[in-house]
Amino acid sequence: MANILAFAEARGGELRKVALEAVTAARTLADATGGGEVHALLVGAPGIAAKAAALGEHGADVVVVVEHPGFERYNPEATAALAAERVRAGAVRAAIFPYSAHGRDLAPRVAAKLGAPIAADVTSIAAQGDALVVTHPGYTGKVIATLKVTGSPVVLSLRAGAVAPEQRPKAGRVETAPPVGDPSASRVVVTELAQGSATKLDLGEAPVIVSGGRGLKAPENFRLVEELAAAFGNAAVGATRAVTDEGWRPHADQIGQTGRWVQPQLYVAVGISGAIQHIAGMRNSRTIVAINKDKEAPIFKVADYGIVGDALEIVPVLTEAVRKAKQGA
Amino acid sequence: MKIAVCIKRVPDMEGRFRIAGDGKSVDETGVKFDMSDFDGYAVEAALQITEKQGGEVVVVAVGPDTVQETLRKALSMGAARAVHLKADAVPPDGLAVARALAAELKDGAFDLVLFGKIALDTSAGVVGPMTAELLDLPCVSAASRLEVASGKGTARRELEGAYEMLAFPLPAVVSIDEGIARPRYPSLKGIMAAKKKPLDVKPAQLGEARIAVEKMALPPERGAGRIVGEGPAAVPELVRLLQTEAKVL
Ligand SMILES: Cc1cc2nc3c(=O)[nH]c(=O)nc-3n(C[C@H](O)[C@H](O)[C@H](O)COP(=O)(O)OP(=O)(O)OC[C@H]3O[C@@H](n4cnc5c(N)ncnc54)[C@H](O)[C@@H]3O)c2cc1C
Ligand SMILES: Nc1ncnc2c1ncn2[C@@H]1O[C@H](COP(=O)(O)O)[C@@H](O)[C@H]1O
Repeated sequence: MANILAFAEARGGELRKVALEAVTAARTLADATGGGEVHALLVGAPGIAAKAAALGEHGADVVVVVEHPGFERYNPEATAALAAERVRAGAVRAAIFPYSAHGRDLAPRVAAKLGAPIAADVTSIAAQGDALVVTHPGYTGKVIATLKVTGSPVVLSLRAGAVAPEQRPKAGRVETAPPVGDPSASRVVVTELAQGSATKLDLGEAPVIVSGGRGLKAPENFRLVEELAAAFGNAAVGATRAVTDEGWRPHADQIGQTGRWVQPQLYVAVGISGAIQHIAGMRNSRTIVAINKDKEAPIFKVADYGIVGDALEIVPVLTEAVRKAKQGA
Repeated sequence: MKIAVCIKRVPDMEGRFRIAGDGKSVDETGVKFDMSDFDGYAVEAALQITEKQGGEVVVVAVGPDTVQETLRKALSMGAARAVHLKADAVPPDGLAVARALAAELKDGAFDLVLFGKIALDTSAGVVGPMTAELLDLPCVSAASRLEVASGKGTARRELEGAYEMLAFPLPAVVSIDEGIARPRYPSLKGIMAAKKKPLDVKPAQLGEARIAVEKMALPPERGAGRIVGEGPAAVPELVRLLQTEAKVL
């Protein structure tokens, strides 16, 4: 029987959406490989156990809860040791992590501890005999690789948004486990976690992203982009490197090859030329809208819908129209 | 400060790729290659540290003979010496690459081993943290800022909508995110000097690879988009399309 482990990422005491995605993917894989159990691993400061129920609802048979003050912030070494131990102890065939900032740090550590192969940033997972077959967009998203991963256990990290969280309730039996070693003795210590504003949707999770480029002309004009995002209500604000380099927006907002890779339902590019490095980060968006005064701008080649003209004139009108449409809905 | 930087030679990401006849690889005819972006940032970060604090930068690459060109580029930027871990090809299994790198690095007495956050071709970001585990060294992945002094390091990592600060002892492994430093261009003098710098060649101890490429394909083309109109007058039609056709509003 093949059990699947899902890492239930939490930050600041809250589950992240990618945790539910990992559990959902684990449930699907467990069912496809003979109905083994899904073990969700939930690690945090005392009190995190309260979040276990949501994992059961999304298909975890067992929720392994590890509480310790040393897990208040991300504790890479202690968490990796723990995850590797749970893979060994739980007869786990595959361990699924989110391909998030923390998942990217954690999953390869766990794989190396286990001597297991890791397929990173996968967008689909299927079983093929004794092997797992995954797809992964490589070459900055320009080539889709299908990889065959052999051996057991294996480690996978799942691209955010590739799997939609699904409610498939299972027992979600809570098993409390101790840490492996002393979490307070880790060599690498997170000394500070600076949260973005609580209301701000994360680029990786927002269904809509409105991004601004140098065509906005001045940092204060980003207000227009923010207002458009606010009109959608479920939007985050992104930026090009030209803009983050100028310091108009924080580096964390940068989308592209050397920034965030996103795939929202709707991506609105305002005053963005569409350089290859920017497109690398947003080409998988479902619908792309571009507003640019230059009708030859390369962004129009990837956009589903384009408006040619001055963003400073168009965006306020669009904001008003979106606001009305949302009210009507 | 003795710093090793692991660098990978990757295809230029600018153009369109073609899939080779085997259906499992990228057609390399006419494709230019260069050091992976993040590895360039790592080389630059290492050079800046040794320029301030003294010491040397050693660059290491796993791959066929062509990687020597990439190693020479790093030497011309200012690295002191290079190690080529020779292999017919770089396997798609990051653990195998990490094994080869760890075998080379383990007795090198490095204070710091730097990686790129991800290699642009594999787009995985696994080799750095895996090498750290194999060497049992503290590791920070995706550092967008890095400071090292008197046996200790601090770094910053960007998270989704947040960031965190980290502290760690040296020696350590750090993988480098973009924010850190723009890589310098090799000077003519640097290019001349690089020709005389040592470049050792050794076999790469990769071991067994358990990941194989079954297929490579180009992503589906985006259907040709359309220009809805010009200026604010086009907004109502755009909104209509977003509602009725794209159904995202
Ligand atoms: C190694 C490397 C990595 C990179 N990584 C990234 C990355 O991750 N992300 C990224 O974004 N970039 C990245 N870049 C930079 C990238 O090449 C481009 O320089 C950048 O994306 C351009 O940003 P932009 O579109 O805002 O600016 P520009 O290219 O200057 O485009 C501005 C656009 O605004 C339009 N415009 C001007 N005025 C108006 C107006 N009034 N109304 C409407 N439109 C107007 C113009 O027609 C133009 O198309 C990278 C570059 C390199 C070399
Ligand atoms: N063949 C290689 N030779 C040297 N370093 C490598 C090689 N492959 C990967 N690396 C290093 O590991 C980082 C992450 O690679 P990856 O895990 O493949 O995304 C790269 O940025 C390099 O620093």
